[in-house]
Amino acid sequence: MSLLTCHHVTKRFGGLVAVNDFSFDVPEHSITSVIGPNGAGKSTLFNCITGFYTPEEGKVIFRGEEIQGLRPDIIANKGISRTYQNIRLFSSLTTLENIMIGMHGRLKTGIISAILRPPRTRKEERWALEESLRILELVGLRGKGDVVATNLSYGDQRRLEVGRALASDPKLLFLDEPTAGMNPRESDNLTNFIRELRDNIGITVVLIEHDMRVVMGISEYITVLDYGAKIAEGTPREIQNNPQVIEAYLGTSGVEGAQAALAGQEA
Amino acid sequence: MRQRAQGKSPLRRAIDVGLIGSIPALLLALVGMVDAFSNRYLLEESVSTGQVMLAVVALIVGYLAARRISLPAQTVATKIGYGAVAGLMVGLVLALLLFIGEVVGINLRKVLVNASPALYEILAFNQAPAVGMLLLALMGTLLGALGGALFVMPARLRSAIITGITVIILLALLRDIVKLVFQQYEPTTALYRFLFTPNGGLTKIGLLLAFLLPAAADYVWSAGRPTLDRRYHALPDGTQKSVRWVGLAVAFILLLLFPTIFGRFPSEAMNNVILLGIMMGLGLNIVVGFAGMLDLGYVGFFAIGAYTMALLTSPQVGGGMNFWTALPFSLLASMIAGIILGIPVLKMRGDYLAIVTLGFGEIIRVLVLSDALRPWFYGAPGITGVPAPNVGGMLLNNPETLYYLLIAVMGLTLFISLRLRDSRLGRAWMAVREDEDVAEAMGINLVVTKLMAFATGATMAGLGGAIFAAKLGSIVPQTFNLLISVNALAVIIIGGMGSVPGVVVGALLLIGLPEVLREFAEYRLWVYGALLVAMMLFKPEGFWPDEGHRRELTEHDPEETPQAPGPADPPLPPGTVRDRAAVARADIRATHTEDEAGLDE
Repeated sequence: MSLLTCHHVTKRFGGLVAVNDFSFDVPEHSITSVIGPNGAGKSTLFNCITGFYTPEEGKVIFRGEEIQGLRPDIIANKGISRTYQNIRLFSSLTTLENIMIGMHGRLKTGIISAILRPPRTRKEERWALEESLRILELVGLRGKGDVVATNLSYGDQRRLEVGRALASDPKLLFLDEPTAGMNPRESDNLTNFIRELRDNIGITVVLIEHDMRVVMGISEYITVLDYGAKIAEGTPREIQNNPQVIEAYLGTSGVEGAQAALAGQEA
Repeated sequence: MRQRAQGKSPLRRAIDVGLIGSIPALLLALVGMVDAFSNRYLLEESVSTGQVMLAVVALIVGYLAARRISLPAQTVATKIGYGAVAGLMVGLVLALLLFIGEVVGINLRKVLVNASPALYEILAFNQAPAVGMLLLALMGTLLGALGGALFVMPARLRSAIITGITVIILLALLRDIVKLVFQQYEPTTALYRFLFTPNGGLTKIGLLLAFLLPAAADYVWSAGRPTLDRRYHALPDGTQKSVRWVGLAVAFILLLLFPTIFGRFPSEAMNNVILLGIMMGLGLNIVVGFAGMLDLGYVGFFAIGAYTMALLTSPQVGGGMNFWTALPFSLLASMIAGIILGIPVLKMRGDYLAIVTLGFGEIIRVLVLSDALRPWFYGAPGITGVPAPNVGGMLLNNPETLYYLLIAVMGLTLFISLRLRDSRLGRAWMAVREDEDVAEAMGINLVVTKLMAFATGATMAGLGGAIFAAKLGSIVPQTFNLLISVNALAVIIIGGMGSVPGVVVGALLLIGLPEVLREFAEYRLWVYGALLVAMMLFKPEGFWPDEGHRRELTEHDPEETPQAPGPADPPLPPGTVRDRAAVARADIRATHTEDEAGLDE
C-alpha cells in the first residue's frame, strides 16, 4: 500500500516550471530515491510535499488524505519529517535542545501549564528528556547532548539533523542529500543507519541523493527527474539500463561514463 | 591594517595607541562630563572624579598599549615603557587642549560649549597653565606606566588592584548616597566621618582603607576560590543543594531588608530599576531574546497598561476602582493589544518588524495626545489622582512600601520567565528565533507561537505600566516615549540576549547607575551609545550571557558514563560544551562569510 502519492503535481515559478506534472507512489516501509541532474526540481518537489510550496496543480496524498496546500507545521504533525540539503540546525542551541524541539508535536504543554508546571507537565518533560536521550543514542550522539550544535563536527551535525527529524516520530522521512560532504566510509555508515531505521522502526524513507553508490546500494525504488518531469522510475537495475536516464546523465561523460556513474563506479 | 602596523616600530605603535586613546579623553572633557563630575572628589578636595575619569582613560590606554605591542620576550621595563609612552600621549593631547584654550587663548567655546575656563582649571589641576601642562604630561605618563604594569603583573594581583580602584571610584561617585545611608545610624555615621571629609571626597586614610581592604579581599578570594570550589563540589548533592538554598535565602532576606537598611532614596532608585529595567526588560526579553522578534514599540503596551489603570481608578476621570480590581483590566488590555499588533506583523522579520513596531509605539503616544480623543484620554495634561496600590488597608504610597510590591511582582515575572524558558513553549520560541522555516517544519505553529510571545511580553509591560501609573499617581502622554523601549532593549543587549539573569544585571547598570548619579543622567544616552558600541566590539554576548543548562549529564544518566564512543568519535576538546559566548562571537564575525561555507548547492 502506498504511504504517499503525488498525483500530477505541478509547481511553477513565473515562467519556469520547476515540477511538471509529476506523479509517483511511495510504498509503505520502502526506501525510495529521487535522483536527477542539478536543478531538476528535486528539492522543489520535497518542498511541495512538506508544505513550503503550494503546488499549482495536482494532489499530494499522504495516508489517504490530501495534504497539498496545508501549512508545513500541520503536515509535519501528520507524520512527515525532513532534513535539509544545507544543514539547518538550531545552531546556538544544544544537541539535546534541538532534538527536544523536534519532539514539539508530541508534547502537549501549553502556556499555563508551562508556568504552573503541574505533575502532568513535569511527567511530560521528564518523558521528553528520556525520549530525546534515546534518540541521541539512536543516532550515535550519546554524550554530546550538551554540546552547542555549531560546535559539532560535520558528520555529527548530519546525524543530529536526522535525529531531530526522527524526534517527531514520523511515518515518512525525507532526507535531502544526507551524504553530501561525507567520505565513502561515513556515507556507508549513514546508509546502513538508514536501512536499520527502516528495518527496526518501520519508517518509510525518501531521499534525494547524488552519490550513485549510495542510491544504488540502498534504494528499492528510484524516480528520475529531469527538467521538473519524471523521466523514469523503477528498481535500481532498471534505472541503470534505462536509455532515457543515461541520456539525461550524458551531458558530461558519454554513454559509458553515464553508465558507470549510474552504477556508482568511478568513471 | 595589521600589515601596515607591523611595519612600524613599537615606539610608533605605542604613540598611535596613545593618540587613539586620547580621543575618548578629549571627548569626555569636551562633552562636559569632566566638568560635570568636578564637584565630586576622590581625595579630600583635591582630586575630582572628573579628573579620575581622564586618569582611568590613561590607565586603560597604557594597559592596552602594553598588551598590543609588547612581545613575551621583552623585559618588564620595556612593556611598562610602552604603556608610559601611550599614557604620555594622552597627557600631551590634553595639555595641547589646555595650551590652545588658555595659553594661545583661542576661544573654542563658540563651537565646543564645554571648553570652558572651568574645564581648563580642572585640566590644569588649578595651577598656572604651563604647570598644568607639565602635570598633565607627567600624570599621563605615570598612569600609562601603571596601566603597563597592570598588564605585566600576575592576573590575581591585577584583579585585586582593579577591584580596589573600582571601589574607591564608586565610593567617591556615590558619596551623597553613602552619606544618606550611613547617617541613619550612630556607628555608621562615625564610620562615614572617618572615611570622608565633610565637603570633599575620601580622607587620606579612608582612601587607603577603601582601596586596600577590597583589594586584599579580592586577592584572598581569588586565591581561596579553587579550594572552595573543590570542597563545594566534593560535598554530597543534598548538601550542595542546601548550601545553595541557604545562599538564596540570605540573598532574599537582604533583599527584603533593603529599604530598612538603605532608606528612602535608594529604595526609590531600586523601584525604578525594578519597574523600568527588570520588569520591562524581562517582558521584552521574551519577545526579543527568546523568540527573536525585534520589537521597538514596547512602550506602547506599557502605556496601555498605565492608561487603563489611570482611567479605571482615578476619581478625576470618573474611575472608581481600586488598584487590584483595575489590574486585571490593565493586563487584559495590554495582552489584547499585543495580539492585535502581533497579527499584522506575523509575516515580518527583522528590520521590517522593527520599523512596524516602532510605529506602533508612536501611534499609541500620539493617540493619547490627540485632541480628537481628548474626551477619552484627556490629551497632553494627562490624568492625575491615580490612587496608590493598597494592601490590606495600607496604602503603598511611599518608596519603602512600594518596594515590597515591586519585589513581589518582580519575583513573579522572573519566575514566569524562567518557567517559560524551560518549557515546550520556550523551546518553540528559541526554534523560531533560530530558524523560522525549520521550526515550522518541526511542527511548530508559527502563528500561535509568535502571538504567545507578543501577548506574554505585552502583558508584562502592561503590568509594569499599571504599577507605574499607581506609583506616580499621575500620567502624561509624553512619558511614554521611544526612550522607554530603547532602555528596555539596551538592558537586554547589555545583559545578554535571552538571558534572564542578564536582564537583572543590565537593569542595575543602565537604570540603576543614572538613578544614583544625577550628573550621569545628563549623559545617559551618550553613555548608552558608548557602552553598546563597546559591548558589540568586546563582549557581544552580553555581561551575563544565557548559559543554558547542562541536562544530559547532570540531570540524567546516573549509571552510564559517556565512555562508549568508537574510534570515529574523538573526545571533545574542552570548551566546546555550552560555549555560547564563543558562538555569539562567531555568529557576529561570520555574518559576512556565512554563505561561503561551501555547502553543496
